[in-house]
Amino acid sequence: MPLLEVRDLTVVFERKGEQPFTAVDHVSFDVEPGQTVGLVGESGCGKSVTSLAIMGLLPKRGARISGSVQYEGVNLLSLSDREMRDRRGRDLGMVFQDPLSSLNPVIPIGLQVTEVLERHRDMPRKKAMVEAAELLDKVGIPDPNRRLTEYPHQLSGGMRQRALIAIALACRPRLLIADEPTTALDVTIQAQILALLKELVRDMGTALVMITHDLGVVAGLCDEVNVLYAGRVVEKAQRHELFAAPRHPYTHGLLSSIPRLDAPRGERLNPIRGSVSDNIPWTEGCAFAPRCPNKLDVCVRVTPEQEDIGGGRLLRCHNPVKPPVAEEVSV
Amino acid sequence: MSTAVTPQPETPRPDTTADTLVTVEGIKVHFPIKRGVILDRTVGHVYAVDGVDLSVRRGETYGLVGESGCGKSTLGRAVLRLTEPTAGRVVFDGTDLSSLKGEELRRMRRRMQMVFQDPMSSLDPRQSVESILVEGLRAHDLDKGREATGKRLRTLLSAVGLPTTSLRKYPHEFSGGQRQRIGIARALAVEPDLIIADEPVSALDVSVQAQVVNLLEELQDEFGLTYLVIAHDLAVVRHISDRVGVMYLGGLVEEATSDDLYAEPLHPYTRALLSAIPVPDPLVEDRRERILLTGDLPSPANPPKGCRFHTRCPWKQATRCDTERPELREVLPGHKVACHWAEDIRAGRIRPHEVEAVLVEEEGISPDVPLVGPASVTEALNP
Repeated sequence: MPLLEVRDLTVVFERKGEQPFTAVDHVSFDVEPGQTVGLVGESGCGKSVTSLAIMGLLPKRGARISGSVQYEGVNLLSLSDREMRDRRGRDLGMVFQDPLSSLNPVIPIGLQVTEVLERHRDMPRKKAMVEAAELLDKVGIPDPNRRLTEYPHQLSGGMRQRALIAIALACRPRLLIADEPTTALDVTIQAQILALLKELVRDMGTALVMITHDLGVVAGLCDEVNVLYAGRVVEKAQRHELFAAPRHPYTHGLLSSIPRLDAPRGERLNPIRGSVSDNIPWTEGCAFAPRCPNKLDVCVRVTPEQEDIGGGRLLRCHNPVKPPVAEEVSV
Repeated sequence: MSTAVTPQPETPRPDTTADTLVTVEGIKVHFPIKRGVILDRTVGHVYAVDGVDLSVRRGETYGLVGESGCGKSTLGRAVLRLTEPTAGRVVFDGTDLSSLKGEELRRMRRRMQMVFQDPMSSLDPRQSVESILVEGLRAHDLDKGREATGKRLRTLLSAVGLPTTSLRKYPHEFSGGQRQRIGIARALAVEPDLIIADEPVSALDVSVQAQVVNLLEELQDEFGLTYLVIAHDLAVVRHISDRVGVMYLGGLVEEATSDDLYAEPLHPYTRALLSAIPVPDPLVEDRRERILLTGDLPSPANPPKGCRFHTRCPWKQATRCDTERPELREVLPGHKVACHWAEDIRAGRIRPHEVEAVLVEEEGISPDVPLVGPASVTEALNP
């Protein structure tokens, strides 16, 4: 049985006097214990809202959430605030993009780690401090005992992100959601944090939902990848299959528009034309159609359904990219 | 390439060759750190740029890469004298910019323009696109009557791929990619020779980044522009640059053509940087070996003695590294490195070893200085 089962998760933001906006539109995916699942997409595709909805962090007013989020058989969406508070930090951990704004600036790091331990594991303060030092050490913060007494501004960006991961992992949750955990960091620090996440997933058996816009990060980390566009999953596949043969024109376009370090130079990039603001609503057809090089007439009239194309792959497209022919062996 | 390790004879001084557009010589930018309310004493300096030499040839794209806080943006601003350099000089097309003042400098600036990272904060929200573009033309007496200017604006817009109806619109009516196009059109308006682009695509979505990268390349072909592109994304820089300089803590550590730099990075930092960049291909990702650097970038207010990188370098040796600052020297033809041991590392005579992470002091000036809030410049350079 999957650890987390998201079914038809829909989030609609409503505001008085304005058109309701569907940020997440019938998103479904599973996370098996110990698995790393990626949610990939550009800004505005609904990947962060999905994570906030799972964690129950969206405001009650103004956001209408439907569908179901089953965690070990319990629908998280039906839990009360109090029950959800017990689960967050204990069963579900979350790492945010910007560690400076998700750590409390006026409380020392140590207290922010022990808070979780005291709240969920009823540890006395002294014991919690010892445990906190161990946690900081585990996530690779040098001299943890000194760092416990310091404030977030005294730590560098990479160290802050490590501290945040330590807090998220304090109660050994079975599921960790990481929302762009390395976007605010430099590449060499990003490599450190990704290696750390990989190691923790391997050693602690934590399942990881990785939310990112960076296909490079996904390629090295995720077992399964969901590509989101305008609130819907347009393609789902195992990472090797996805990168070897992207079928949705959007995935294909994204991959061919990134300059690659290991590709020969001198060729022009193949950008996706237009921008996200050119989308049409999913109810009228395919949201990506106005930017799609494979557009057919049917694309702007009929909403494409999600189809199983075999090999555990799901695709939402009327005219997918042809899979590359099996490579001929050159002599 | 077997004999190439022997040092090449020094190339003629770059500013004497006719095809060099910009020469930067020993440029330094130090920001004072001030403390105290009344006395305003200077308690130290942030060594944002600390002695950089480079030259950009006419018509080429020079890419400057490095992580945040390495001084790449400050260097770009210092070249245009938007930030006054502490020492060193910039020679632009035979003219020493540091000797220019007032009106002369202003006239010179027509020939060097800048494209900024965040198009939303670098475009005045209360100016229409037309007024944004015309402002530069007026300032440099290029406004030759309503008709000629109108024609010029339409050419500009079509060059950057915006509809002519954009002229009456305001920046907020455009998407991020389109705003960056306006920023580029503004730089192009005054017919510059050099464009310094500071992180021109990093604020944009991936699918839009490629559009702007392609646009920059097309404009270069069309108008014969010279670019100095500053970015942290090595993949983007490698794609558009002919030559690349890698910066670390205020200094250049390596400079080479972008093919050479990727094929054979010689400086340990460049090696680590290249190996850290994720490649969107699982087959490559599973096989490649990462050089994980331990620790963080040291504070530019208190840079390490000797080689700036020695605190994190997996190839660090017992001698010279922590005492003597390496000069940028030519190790292979056209390939300069600032590392004492570049040849030995290249030949595999020195192997990487474990590095103990060193605590990075955010304060870093001296423990006696009381902590009165974050020193703004240090904080800004050390996010």
